[in-house]
Amino acid sequence: MITIARRELAAYFATPVAYVFIVIFLVMAGALTFTLGNFFTRGQADLNPFFSFVPWLFLFLVPALTMRLWAEERRLGTIELLLTLPIAQWEAVLGKFLAAWAFCGIALALTFPLWLTVNYLGEPDNGVILAGYVGCMMVAGAYLALGAAISALTKNQVVAFVIAVAACFIFAAAGSPVVTSFLSANLPQLAEISRALSVADRFQGFTRGVVSARDIIFFASFIGFWLFVNNLVLDHRKAD
Amino acid sequence: MTALIEIDRLTKRFGSFTAVDDVSFSVARGEVVGFLGPNGAGKSTTMRMLAGFMAPSAGTARICGADVVDEPVKAKRALGFLPEGAPTYPEMSVAGFLGFAGRIRGFRGAELSRRVGRAMERTQLEGVRLQPIETLSKGFKRRVGLAQALLHEPPVLVLDEPTDGLDPNQKHEVRSLIREMAPDKAIIISTHILEEVGAVCTRAIIIARGRVVVDAPPSVLEESGRSLEDVFRSLTTGEAA
Repeated sequence: MITIARRELAAYFATPVAYVFIVIFLVMAGALTFTLGNFFTRGQADLNPFFSFVPWLFLFLVPALTMRLWAEERRLGTIELLLTLPIAQWEAVLGKFLAAWAFCGIALALTFPLWLTVNYLGEPDNGVILAGYVGCMMVAGAYLALGAAISALTKNQVVAFVIAVAACFIFAAAGSPVVTSFLSANLPQLAEISRALSVADRFQGFTRGVVSARDIIFFASFIGFWLFVNNLVLDHRKAD
Repeated sequence: MTALIEIDRLTKRFGSFTAVDDVSFSVARGEVVGFLGPNGAGKSTTMRMLAGFMAPSAGTARICGADVVDEPVKAKRALGFLPEGAPTYPEMSVAGFLGFAGRIRGFRGAELSRRVGRAMERTQLEGVRLQPIETLSKGFKRRVGLAQALLHEPPVLVLDEPTDGLDPNQKHEVRSLIREMAPDKAIIISTHILEEVGAVCTRAIIIARGRVVVDAPPSVLEESGRSLEDVFRSLTTGEAA
């Protein structure tokens, strides 16, 4: 499993994907934080402007990481090689997920200049900032697990990307006022469920510095569920 | 003679289409089975089930006594498998790719480099060990796949078209390699090249429309005075020649 994760991580850095991802992520995160987020003028030493954009950046960037995970293996035929090596299938699923997650961790860690900046300019609550980063990792993990499961469905990377963006968007927007007010007006039973499944809503707690067990359990089960689906999809669609 | 590969009424259906229909045979140590048949006859599907990649619709197979359905990891440990088209990760170097396959199989440190070195030596890959696989020619790529299958010195080898895309010299090398390994392994190779069967195989199994139609040593097939090609054509086109 660790061997697979290492290979996958190396594969990101062997292609331009890793560098493009990291550069775009850092540029966008920085630009949005300083312009739309009013990082300087709001007069508060915290990273909330940055954190508020992360789930939306990940919405597009994480599917770019997951689209190749299984679709590429299918296209190259290497899925046949990988799944005939003496490992259990879930080890391959988990290994790929961990590699992508570690990659997101690296990208997030590279936003450290923002953290240095707020610490230089003021005295932020670093506990809250840490909680925010934990929340970012949770959101990344949730999108990654979802995207990986979708990638297992196809051998076309573009299809995997587009469907994954749409699917992530559903879970990101599920708690937004537009969706919940529409649902409470028309299907009140679904409104609560929709809010409960919202990745963005859960993330808000982390940015306020609250790491609650309920939210951690939500993200853990969300990730676990989609990894399970990923494994199931592979069982049923080995080759085509 | 102990059977290292036992295929037991293996069947695979895709919807209403039966790709592999009740195939049974076993392969003992020292045997090299040439697995023949027209395209779409079920060769690759049979091999994929044997390698544990596809689940059989019915029946099963055992590799060194380990059932591919019930104990897949144990069966896969005893198996070296070259999938059809010899897929490899294009961005990895030859040594990196073989190192990955070796680590997955549990080799570390000096043992790992010894095995990677030995596999590259046997398949003449030392000259390109640090090149990315995507820059290699088709023949080299095929040998990288072969090196991966040989790395752990498995008792059972299943090679799907091992010489496809190789030039005559490389074909000759691969065949000598197979002959050299044959005495202490059970080997199945699929091929379209009939002369290869005569050159390396101790037994030929011809499969058509998912069923085994012939299972005999190549010499017996040729004894009737006809060439192997005539036998193949008459058996697989369904009409007696």
